[in-house]
Amino acid sequence: MRQKLASLSLQLLLAVAASLVFAGANAAGGSNYPMEAFDADLEDLPSLQNGYRLYANYCLGCHSLKYQRYERTADDLQIPHEVALEQLVFTGQLIGGLMTTAMDPNKAKEWFGAPPPDLTMVTRVRGPEWVYNYLKTFYVDETRPFGVNNKVFPNVGMPHALLELQGVQREGCLQVPEIAANGGERRDPLVAGQTITHEQCGLLYVEEGTGLYSAEEYDAAMYDLTNFLHYVAEPSRLQRQRTGVYVLLFLIILGVFTYLLNREFWKGVH
Amino acid sequence: MKADDARDTGATLLSSSAEDANSGALANQPPINQSRRYFLIGATSTVAAAGAVGVAVPFVGSWFPSAKARAAGAPIRVDISKLEPGAVLGPIPAWRGMPVFVVQRGEDVIKRLETQTENLADPDSARAEQQPDYAVNPWRSKRPEIGVLLGLCTHLGCSPKYYGSVQPESFDPEWQGGFFCPCHGSKFDLAGRVVKGVPAPSNLEVPPYRFEGNNIIVIGEDEATS
Amino acid sequence: MSDSSSQPSSNKPPHAGVRFMEWLDARFPATETWEYHLSKYYAPKNHNFWYLMGWIATVVLVNQLLTGIWLTMSYVPDGVNAFASVEYIMRDVEYGWLLRYLHSTGASAFFVVVYLHMFRGMMYGSYQKPRELIWLIGMAIFVVLMAEGFFGYLLPWGNMSFWGAQVIVSLVGAIPVIGPDMMEWVRGDFLMSDITLNRFFALHVVALPLVLVMLVFVHFVALHHVGSNNPDGIEIKDHKDENGVPLDGLPFWPYTVTHDIHATVIFLFIFCAVVFFAPEMGGYFLEKPNFEVANPLKTPEHIAPVWYYTPFYAMLRAVTYPLLGVDAKFWGFVVMAGAIVVPALLPWLDRSPVKSIRYKGNWSKWMLGLFVVAFFILGYLGTVTPSTWATILSQVCTLIYFAYFVLMPWYTRIEKTKPVPDRVTSL
Repeated sequence: MRQKLASLSLQLLLAVAASLVFAGANAAGGSNYPMEAFDADLEDLPSLQNGYRLYANYCLGCHSLKYQRYERTADDLQIPHEVALEQLVFTGQLIGGLMTTAMDPNKAKEWFGAPPPDLTMVTRVRGPEWVYNYLKTFYVDETRPFGVNNKVFPNVGMPHALLELQGVQREGCLQVPEIAANGGERRDPLVAGQTITHEQCGLLYVEEGTGLYSAEEYDAAMYDLTNFLHYVAEPSRLQRQRTGVYVLLFLIILGVFTYLLNREFWKGVH
Repeated sequence: MKADDARDTGATLLSSSAEDANSGALANQPPINQSRRYFLIGATSTVAAAGAVGVAVPFVGSWFPSAKARAAGAPIRVDISKLEPGAVLGPIPAWRGMPVFVVQRGEDVIKRLETQTENLADPDSARAEQQPDYAVNPWRSKRPEIGVLLGLCTHLGCSPKYYGSVQPESFDPEWQGGFFCPCHGSKFDLAGRVVKGVPAPSNLEVPPYRFEGNNIIVIGEDEATS
Repeated sequence: MSDSSSQPSSNKPPHAGVRFMEWLDARFPATETWEYHLSKYYAPKNHNFWYLMGWIATVVLVNQLLTGIWLTMSYVPDGVNAFASVEYIMRDVEYGWLLRYLHSTGASAFFVVVYLHMFRGMMYGSYQKPRELIWLIGMAIFVVLMAEGFFGYLLPWGNMSFWGAQVIVSLVGAIPVIGPDMMEWVRGDFLMSDITLNRFFALHVVALPLVLVMLVFVHFVALHHVGSNNPDGIEIKDHKDENGVPLDGLPFWPYTVTHDIHATVIFLFIFCAVVFFAPEMGGYFLEKPNFEVANPLKTPEHIAPVWYYTPFYAMLRAVTYPLLGVDAKFWGFVVMAGAIVVPALLPWLDRSPVKSIRYKGNWSKWMLGLFVVAFFILGYLGTVTPSTWATILSQVCTLIYFAYFVLMPWYTRIEKTKPVPDRVTSL
């Protein structure tokens, strides 16, 4: 716990330093959809396991994770090999094998215009926040070949693979509460308890009863899926941070000795 | 100075040399506390040495077989349904990529393995590291008729050749069938047991294996490791 | 050692250590080298923070060599497998991630330290007589380092590797007449390819490291021949005691060494903090598009070189006017190349009677200040997408950059300098 705290505060410090040094650079590019924040938690094993299960069931058919091995994933996520082989590994593949897809890239090109990209490092390329929001913002758009479009990846060339979980999401106009100066919702002074609303367009809403998951369940599932992808992008991350704490502690101890040594030799110098 | 010897060997490590001690930047400096300097140099070096060991960890560690090497060395399945008595499969790149022989032995061979032991160096498979426990028997195998052997000579690692028939060979006019290593002339019988008086010190290794049904051998794992 | 004659002579035979050193010294200059470079090499006692960078650069060089050799053991220089082999190092090789991050962070650390080291030389006039050659060798090291970084950046075979190298190689194409053919010659192909990757690999892991190590060696040899400069810019060899020891000098061992060791630990703390907690450094040390495999059909949306090239890249982009019938592309190339090599002329551009900024006049101080500001602004502009104001700003900063050098013979002569002290002052 203390270790995690130490590593967290260090990360924070470095992040602040980096953002000060390189203020303002690094534009994300693409759409200007207001993204929801995403805060990964690589120590949340149930979340990662659920994310892996979702990926294996809904994504791995088309999108490989070809730089990562099943065995490493199962070990890091503490999934027994038999369970992994039975539920999460394609038939005929070995536990030590790479997480490739069985899809023929030529056929895929025919279907989608381009073969579905490998997603091993998608969170390192686009950031976990982007992935999380991407997964949540598919909406019905009849003008597109697959009948859906995406808010953070406009004109994306793939269908909504998680449609059965989320249900049919549409873009439209909704009545939203007005926000008062104090940050709360504005209440109608004439009608007790009534919130003042106005119409806002370009909002996404899910048709009730069309998905297996409620909105909250779907959000949680997409959190897990993104969390898993964040893990796969750099599976050594936790080991790196843990090792780092020891390395820095060691350097502090060594630093005390080199400081004393330096002082001892230089104290007579004037 | 208390000890001349210390001066000769170590003093230059502590101050530079005698003439600097009272000139220039070092003029009028307080007396040097030699033992404190020794202690600090020793302590710093000790901590730094521990750090050096830590630095060596990734460099040394990265040489061990990687996940890719281990995956390539995963157990493999061999189908022996087409194997006739007296025939051999191999050397096949099987366990961890190493050559493996699978031999089918007839009744006559099995009998010979049980009786002809006087010319062997280790007829009873006494060297435990050369085979799993279930291969400590005259045939060095689970089933007498099926032998699974690692095709790497225990001398210097060449791959021996299979000479299965009882017939005079150029290297042995009284050859009884077995394995012969072309590199340095080591001989093994059909159970992989080494013959006396050849360079190889021990019997051919038996890899861990198990049967899956009648005709499939899984090489690389057994009931104990799977 | 040297004072053994003044000690009462003993009849005991010298012990084994002494006899071994006598044996060795008769065959190899061990004690002589130790004394010449360490125990009797005198460094000015007023060396400050800025004088630690040379040593730290050496530490980083050793890190790059060691981790580089180890990465080569698992890396595959091949267009099909290079990208996957880097991920293989990151995932499958024990501690491969650490070796890779040490190397990638080391590249950036190298430039941080070298830029500070060069700035020290400019600030305290370390390039002036008798250290012109040290400065020139240092400039050669800098240029080789830039090439080393460039060739190395292609090796991960990410999309940024591919397109970054494509852009820089295309610069060669700006050379009139022979440019286009030369571009194909450098690549060995019509676009960046496997063939290019292979030759860049050979240059990055064998040829340039050899050159670099040899240049660093002669940098040391030249330095120890003339001795270090110091923040006062005066020669400590001018004032020696009766034994010939500089009065303001301290022997390298143990005084410089104890300083350097402590500085190394502090540097390693910062370095490891980055390696273990922010190896991407917000996309500046490892760029995001480089986590995608090279794609000859798709340029990354926003293409920028790694941060240590951006000041020069900004100057390249700042040139937008054709001149003498040759297009702007060529002049951009000339400006960039000129900006990289022009500091080599400093020993002959600086006409000041004093070395250190402490005793130079206001002109030098202002110009150096402006130079640093311009360099930082250019560094920032090199990372952003070009726009009208950015282009104008980078043109202004490019002028300042060159003005620092071109006007130096003039402003160092007319300004009023302060009297230089006889002996070194405090830090």
